[in-house]
Amino acid sequence: MRSPWRWLLSVTFIASIPQAQASGWNMPVGVTDISRDIYGLHMTIFWVCVVIGVIVFGVMFYSLFRYRHSKGAKAAHFHEHTSVEVLWTAIPVVILIGMAVPATATLKNMYDTSQADLDIMITGQQWRWRYEYLGEDVAFTSNMSTPWEQIRGEEPRGEHYLLDVDEPLVLPINRKVRFLMTSDDVIHSWWVPELAVKQDTIPGFINENWVQINEPGIYRGQCAELCGVNHAFMPVVVHAVEEDEFEVWLAERKEAAEQEAMGIDREWELAELMERGEAVYRAICSSCHQPEGQGAPPAFPALANNEQLISDLDWHIDLVVNGVSGTAMPAFRSTLNPVEIAAVVTFTRNSWGNDTGDAVQPSTISGWIAQ
Amino acid sequence: MAPKLPPQHSLQQSSTAVAGGQSHHEHHAQPKGIMRWLLTTNHKEIGSLYLIFSLVMFFIGGIFALVVRAELFQPGLQLVEPEFFNQMTTMHGLIMVFAAVMPAFTGLANWMIPLQIGAPDMALPRLNNFSFWLLPVAFILLLSTLLMPGGGPNFGWTFYAPLSTTYAPPSTTFFILALHIAGISSILGAINIIATILNMRAPGMRMMDMPLFVWTWLITAFLLIAVMPVLAGVITMMLMDINFGTSFFDAAGGGDPVLFQHLFWFFGHPEVYIMILPAFGIVSAIIPTFARKRLFGYASMVYATAAIALLSFLVWAHHMFVVGLPLTAELFFMYSTMLIAVPTGVKVFNWVTTLFRGSISFEPPMLFALAFVVLFTIGGFSGLMLAIAPADFQYHDTYFVVAHFHYVLVPGAIFAIMAGVYYWLPKWTGHYPHERLAQCHFWCSVVGVNLTFFPMHFAGLAGMPRRIPDYALQFADFNMLSSIGAFFFGVSQLIFVLVVVLCVKGGKKAPAKAWEGAEDLEWSVPSPAPLHTFETPPVFHRTHPSE
Amino acid sequence: MTEYEMVRKAGVQRTVIRSVAALIGMFAFAFALVPLYDVFCRITGLNGKVDTTAQAIVHEEVDQSRYVTVQFITRGSAGLPWQMSVATRQMRVHPGQAAEVEFTFTNNSHQESWGRAVPSVSPSNATAHVRKVSCFCFQEQLLQGDERLTVPLVFQLSRDLPEEINTITLVYTLYPVHNMAMGASVNNNNTLGDEI
Repeated sequence: MRSPWRWLLSVTFIASIPQAQASGWNMPVGVTDISRDIYGLHMTIFWVCVVIGVIVFGVMFYSLFRYRHSKGAKAAHFHEHTSVEVLWTAIPVVILIGMAVPATATLKNMYDTSQADLDIMITGQQWRWRYEYLGEDVAFTSNMSTPWEQIRGEEPRGEHYLLDVDEPLVLPINRKVRFLMTSDDVIHSWWVPELAVKQDTIPGFINENWVQINEPGIYRGQCAELCGVNHAFMPVVVHAVEEDEFEVWLAERKEAAEQEAMGIDREWELAELMERGEAVYRAICSSCHQPEGQGAPPAFPALANNEQLISDLDWHIDLVVNGVSGTAMPAFRSTLNPVEIAAVVTFTRNSWGNDTGDAVQPSTISGWIAQ
Repeated sequence: MAPKLPPQHSLQQSSTAVAGGQSHHEHHAQPKGIMRWLLTTNHKEIGSLYLIFSLVMFFIGGIFALVVRAELFQPGLQLVEPEFFNQMTTMHGLIMVFAAVMPAFTGLANWMIPLQIGAPDMALPRLNNFSFWLLPVAFILLLSTLLMPGGGPNFGWTFYAPLSTTYAPPSTTFFILALHIAGISSILGAINIIATILNMRAPGMRMMDMPLFVWTWLITAFLLIAVMPVLAGVITMMLMDINFGTSFFDAAGGGDPVLFQHLFWFFGHPEVYIMILPAFGIVSAIIPTFARKRLFGYASMVYATAAIALLSFLVWAHHMFVVGLPLTAELFFMYSTMLIAVPTGVKVFNWVTTLFRGSISFEPPMLFALAFVVLFTIGGFSGLMLAIAPADFQYHDTYFVVAHFHYVLVPGAIFAIMAGVYYWLPKWTGHYPHERLAQCHFWCSVVGVNLTFFPMHFAGLAGMPRRIPDYALQFADFNMLSSIGAFFFGVSQLIFVLVVVLCVKGGKKAPAKAWEGAEDLEWSVPSPAPLHTFETPPVFHRTHPSE
Repeated sequence: MTEYEMVRKAGVQRTVIRSVAALIGMFAFAFALVPLYDVFCRITGLNGKVDTTAQAIVHEEVDQSRYVTVQFITRGSAGLPWQMSVATRQMRVHPGQAAEVEFTFTNNSHQESWGRAVPSVSPSNATAHVRKVSCFCFQEQLLQGDERLTVPLVFQLSRDLPEEINTITLVYTLYPVHNMAMGASVNNNNTLGDEI
């Protein structure tokens, strides 16, 4: 976006900063060059509309007032005027071309995903996001952390009600990050207003987008495409940090992953598994199967007192590991690690009246996943 | 090129024709009671049936909307579960589009097109009866899905696959069937309207003499014939994906979910114009009447309508700017969408110029028509903003979009329908609607509509996505205002029912030409219009043969 | 019936016949759009849809001056107990150069099952320039219980790959094939093996 359009955008941009920032009434200016360009386009087209509106409605209301029948107005007889009609066809065309040029430039820029420093795979899942730092062996899922008690009104609502997650996506500032986006089930849409990134995630297909954040901070967004019951409860939180801070964080994550991997081979106590399993259950499972395991049939079967679940351990593990095709039950094989799967299976087998006493070991699960 | 001749004519020609027509039919024994309505082939009676059906559905769809707004009154889940909330948003959209707005326009077409072109009835009266009675069947079936196990459709009125196929509730097959039946009804109605307009005009009435309501409906009917089969095709593919193991929209079997969106919006965008073009026609009849001045630029109005209809086939993917289209497609659809602003602008300019140096009075139909011009234009402005593809990455699927399409559909299509009802009620019932009550209805509706939908612009820009039953705290004020507005608007519509009922029962008697400035052919028959009119075709006289 | 009415009647008939013809045409057109869309996708690379048939290698001069990074991502999905892995996650190739990468499919369950790997290429305008010489895209395949299978993908980037593209991502998503269960006993050979 070189050339005079840049100038036009900057003027409208600067003119509108005072009332726009942090007002909660307007589109956020955002923290990337693209988001600023988009904001500029938005304000330009807005003011164009305002000016046209003032002229058109001005003439209209003047006529309504001035030519009232009750004041004895006599109607004129003209009913066409070719040159006027041509003129008001032509003027909008010119205005539209004026808008199309900077919009085209911005769009081209948005589509340029080349030369990225970091690739992140974003996968939509009913109803959470999964982030994979490609080539870095770091991957995790991000679930809404607002408790259901707040949603049901049993607790006071927090400042970031519905917009808080357990694990935010951490990104470095000043680096070009490329997002590869897809979905495991239905179409979702990953959106953070301050980054001006909104992209549908399509099952079976891959989409691209990119971001280069200018300022560190916490940026919040939501899933923007209706994706089922808990569409409203699928927030996105991006934590943008300085580059060196990001490197430290990445190293820590790798180390934590290795620690976790070591936990697979040791023998776990039932109590230990139950504690870990409850945390996983609350984060991942409770949104569908409900906090007390009662489910919401027919879409989400009950787990409490589920005869098949209690009697058939292999079936239970297989369901969690491989999911059920064509339902909201995903395959957790690649999104949870063996410790988490073992813990949550143990938890569901020993809660809400299910009393199998099974302590499923992580090593069993890892054997299940890769023989 | 057709000469620019105005749709204006003398009003004395047809009283004898009417009298002759009535005697002609008196020897037929009319069935009584319910059978009369089930079997009627009279365009006026069928028109009334359509309008009554539409009004009932408008209230049912409205109640669904109020359930949604009640839940959104404040943050948190208070009244309904998210699952039921999704069914309500979906049903609200489906009912309002397919059962309220479209049948209302078809009802007005049935009543007024034969009267405006001097035809004795629709071209295919028995088909007309059939296409109406399909509608109650379709929508009783659709509404019954709410009671089925697993609930009704919960995937939004746009029913994107795979949420509406692989992940849909079991009732989806019935939803598809209902939509098929409603679609057949629309198609048959459209064929009938085209056949009537092309073949049944009074001798001497050329195409360019037709009132704009007839013109816009002719173009709308062509749109219906072109796109309703595509909707039928796409829901048939869904049906096959769900029940017969095909994979049109399932990536697992080599299909593509994005294909669904292309097909849906290839139908869906012209559908949007199906819901607004007849509204343009109604407003183009009312404004000249109450400005006592001929419509400015009749010919350019016709061409602009045709241009909008043609462009509507080239803009569908502007609903899909964020699905990952290639850059060239994105640019093409951005430019073509912006282009639609040009013919739409021509229409607005023509209406305003018609008002300029007129002699304007403010009867209820005119109030609604004027509100239409202002508020529809505001909806057009937000449409222009949405056309800017890069900005749409921020607007898409937010309440900004909800605000946009409600501005073009509620104070757009629905205000135009109400304007039309107030305008033609004297012709239908022989009485003027109660003026004070109608004014009260108007002002309540205007306030209600703006209070409901204007704050949605802000909520959307601030980042609130569509179709969510619960929202973050910063959107609370906007939503509370919207909910208050929605209930106010909803209750105000009871005044409308009251006005219509009172008008049917009695009121100030209306003469044949109920409005001083009205010029079209329908005002030449008595008020109320007798059951049979123009049995002998009237001879059409141009009152302004040439300038 | 007067002459005027007869003319009307004939006109109405004509209009109805034409309208019904248009209707049937548009209904057929909706279905025709499905293959047309595929063709359109293949030409433009829209949506990263890939040609499903193997192409011949084209001998063209390798562009030594330019490197393109090709990434491979494999994904599982619900309902199929398979693991798909790739030997090389990322490689750098010259346009025009033929390259080979090995994919391994593992059936983790003890039962045989059918699956299919669905490919997608990003960025979409690169799709038309990825020439797959041998591939398993869209082939339904059968794995016996605990079976492991390694298949090569031989591909070549065409020399006219747009200048601005320097990274290409190839994603494979594994999906279960349910309706193959019946055909399985009849056609109990490995279709994947046949293809290669």
